[in-house]
Amino acid sequence: MANFYTDVPEIKFELENSPLMQRIVDLKERDYADKDEYDEAPQDFADAMDNYNRVLEIVGDVTANIIAPNAEDVDAEGPHCADGRVRYASKTYENLDAMVKAGMNGMTMPRRYNGLNLPNTVYTAANEMVSTGDAGFENIWSLQDCIETLYEFGNEDQHSRFIPRICAGETMSMDLTEPDAGSDLQSVMLKATFDEENNCWRLNGSKRFITNGDSDLHLVLARSEAGTRDGRGLSMFIYDKRDGGVDVRRIENKLGIHGSPTCELVYKNAKAELCGSRKMGLIKYVMALMNGARLGIAAQSVGLSQAAYNEGLAYARDRKQFGKAIIEFPAVYDMLSIMKAKLDAGRALLYQTARYVDVYKALDDIARERKLTPEERAEQKTYSRLADAFTPLAKGMNSEYANQNAYDCIQIHGGSGFMLEYACQRIYRDARITSIYEGTTQLQTVAAIRYVTNGFYGQVIADYGQLPVSAECEAYKARVAEMADKYNAAVEAVKAAENQDLHDICARHLYEMAADVIMCHLLMQNASKAPELFGKSLNVYVNFAEAEVEKHSLWVSRMTVDQLDSYRKA
Amino acid sequence: MKIVVLAKQVPDTRNVGPDAMTPEGTVNRAALPAVFNPEDLNALEQALRLKDQFPGSTISVVTMGLPKSAEVIREALYRGADEGYVVTDRCLGGADTLATSYTLSQAIRKIGDFDIILGGRQAIDGDTAQVGPQIAEKLGLTQVTYAEEILSVDTDARKIVIKRHIDGGVETVEAPLPLVVTVNGSAAPCRPRNAKRVMKYKNATVIAERSAEDAAKYDELIAKKPFLNITQWGASDIEADPAQIGKAGSPTNVKAVQNIVFKAKDSRTMTSSDSDVEGLIIELLNEKIIG
Repeated sequence: MANFYTDVPEIKFELENSPLMQRIVDLKERDYADKDEYDEAPQDFADAMDNYNRVLEIVGDVTANIIAPNAEDVDAEGPHCADGRVRYASKTYENLDAMVKAGMNGMTMPRRYNGLNLPNTVYTAANEMVSTGDAGFENIWSLQDCIETLYEFGNEDQHSRFIPRICAGETMSMDLTEPDAGSDLQSVMLKATFDEENNCWRLNGSKRFITNGDSDLHLVLARSEAGTRDGRGLSMFIYDKRDGGVDVRRIENKLGIHGSPTCELVYKNAKAELCGSRKMGLIKYVMALMNGARLGIAAQSVGLSQAAYNEGLAYARDRKQFGKAIIEFPAVYDMLSIMKAKLDAGRALLYQTARYVDVYKALDDIARERKLTPEERAEQKTYSRLADAFTPLAKGMNSEYANQNAYDCIQIHGGSGFMLEYACQRIYRDARITSIYEGTTQLQTVAAIRYVTNGFYGQVIADYGQLPVSAECEAYKARVAEMADKYNAAVEAVKAAENQDLHDICARHLYEMAADVIMCHLLMQNASKAPELFGKSLNVYVNFAEAEVEKHSLWVSRMTVDQLDSYRKA
Repeated sequence: MKIVVLAKQVPDTRNVGPDAMTPEGTVNRAALPAVFNPEDLNALEQALRLKDQFPGSTISVVTMGLPKSAEVIREALYRGADEGYVVTDRCLGGADTLATSYTLSQAIRKIGDFDIILGGRQAIDGDTAQVGPQIAEKLGLTQVTYAEEILSVDTDARKIVIKRHIDGGVETVEAPLPLVVTVNGSAAPCRPRNAKRVMKYKNATVIAERSAEDAAKYDELIAKKPFLNITQWGASDIEADPAQIGKAGSPTNVKAVQNIVFKAKDSRTMTSSDSDVEGLIIELLNEKIIG
């Protein structure tokens, strides 16, 4: 039987082959303190890794045998809105039920709230597979990770009331955007007022483009400080659907991810409670929420890339033209090989990011229980910074790769791919949103550029350059070092120009150069350990990345302040 | 409610390759992975749905086979069963359906106090569909075969309503508890494994699976976590009559096994009228297919 985990050994490799994993599990399991208290808790590192494998095998089964086969029907039927409520496509309920029965909710939450206490890295693998099955369903299911924000910033009472419900399978949404507040969340105007009489907050106004907006539990960004106009007047609230007061006015008709209802919400004096401290809503909590969500979209993108590759490969093997399978033609295997290389490189970046997130989040959590040692504090700072720097790379690059791979997948299908009967058209439509929501690629560049200019990526690349590689990979190492030199030179040239507009227009190029070089390093590490899995992709990707870096380097070197005029449009 | 589910570990005959049969015409078990008999999984799902509906119900899964058939017990535990029994003994080998149903009915008697016994309609290695009905006869219970869905159970009136799959449609029947129900493959598929349960039960074993040198380790483990012990019963544990088990209790004798390649492409439908049946018998006799 098909299984999206055991059929893709690259995922298992990513899970098992990082030296960081032992540290992550030791931290997450608090040196296996739960082992006698909970029947399902691991006894040691090996036991925990075995658990992760088994859990992911279940996800691989459910995604391949329930969620993926339902995807076409869910896409065709889509959700509906009536009387202020959302009704999912019928097979979405089947998917949700299967995931609940499999126990795949509240995956990262502590056991005391009925969670599985899994590292983010493991959750990311599950997320990726769900997306391979159906990226639209992935949206609904993966919003469970909003609970991390409630866990991090909510109080003990809120934890005990809400977290077990999410672990039991209730769904979530993050109500952030409004008609006039999309990328610019500082302009959120949903009004939150304190109701003295009932000792609770009340929400009034509307939200737009809210994914899964009729969920059971909402995290809502609202203006609690009357008279303010910027991000400092915003707080985060928890709205429980059981209390009522929020209706769905309509759902959007979208290009893709049809299974996922995108809602316009109306808040009519909806009862809500504050999460964390007032005025910290945007500055702190939404930033945390978005970082988690961005990692989620990176996983969704990798899942889509895998789906695109699967479909492209199967079709190219099956389709015969001029007397042979089209996969035998260089023009076709060229496309497939670059799809696979982007998939492997992007996946390596995704899991490296997830591991960085895991280390700092586990330490953050420990810091809520006890004071960290100075070494732990230093470690937390290091990984928190790495996570911040890598998240926009993982999200931006993987979402662009997902789109490129979906495009190539249709191209391999030729005319048949343009017809609506093959899965590739759905993958293509579903992939399109990934480079837009949770911050467009352009905004990922904005988030990442400070790590370009302050030399952080340069330092990471230099550190990666010190890691040993296998004899077979040595030749690549020299080429990647040359790419790194070009990247550093380009960064210096842009900085030397001391012009903000020039800096901004070059940002995307520098961002991609940094990502290309980092992914080359990660693939080199993978191929050193498992040449049978990654050797080909390493070769293909380095060829590709080398040309990309050369292209960007040339572009940046040609770009001068006096050229900006021909780019400006009014 | 106390529910017993019968499960069998079978060679996966659904995905047969060219090496699925030995040259002698017997099943090449080495080439076929051992799996949970598919319709027994449908039966397990019906049991789990009853448990969802009647919290506090227990599901006991029973299998007969080699010690490694504990794999199906673990699988059932992963999906929501409460406990398992492996009936395993050298003297049980070579059993046909009669000896198997006797052995299983003895095990079920020993479990005792059951309300519903569920099993798959048939196993994919033998395709006899005899064991369920024979168990019902041996235990003197009502049987409902080819079940697709248990529609309701009235625990006070001790009644169950079941939808059955019949030729060309479905039939709804009511029966008294306790009873034996065999479940058809057209019933709801079994739910997936549950993450927590897999982590909890992954080290559950029967004694025969444990190596002698690990015995002490297992004793310690099971003392702490008794749910990791899957009950293992031999013939004497279930007070089985030696004459009715294994080869001795099996009147079936295989004379020969032949490889048959189906060639016919057309199909015919006949009514149950005497003339149609008679015509078919004559045709089969003439073509020496029977006789």
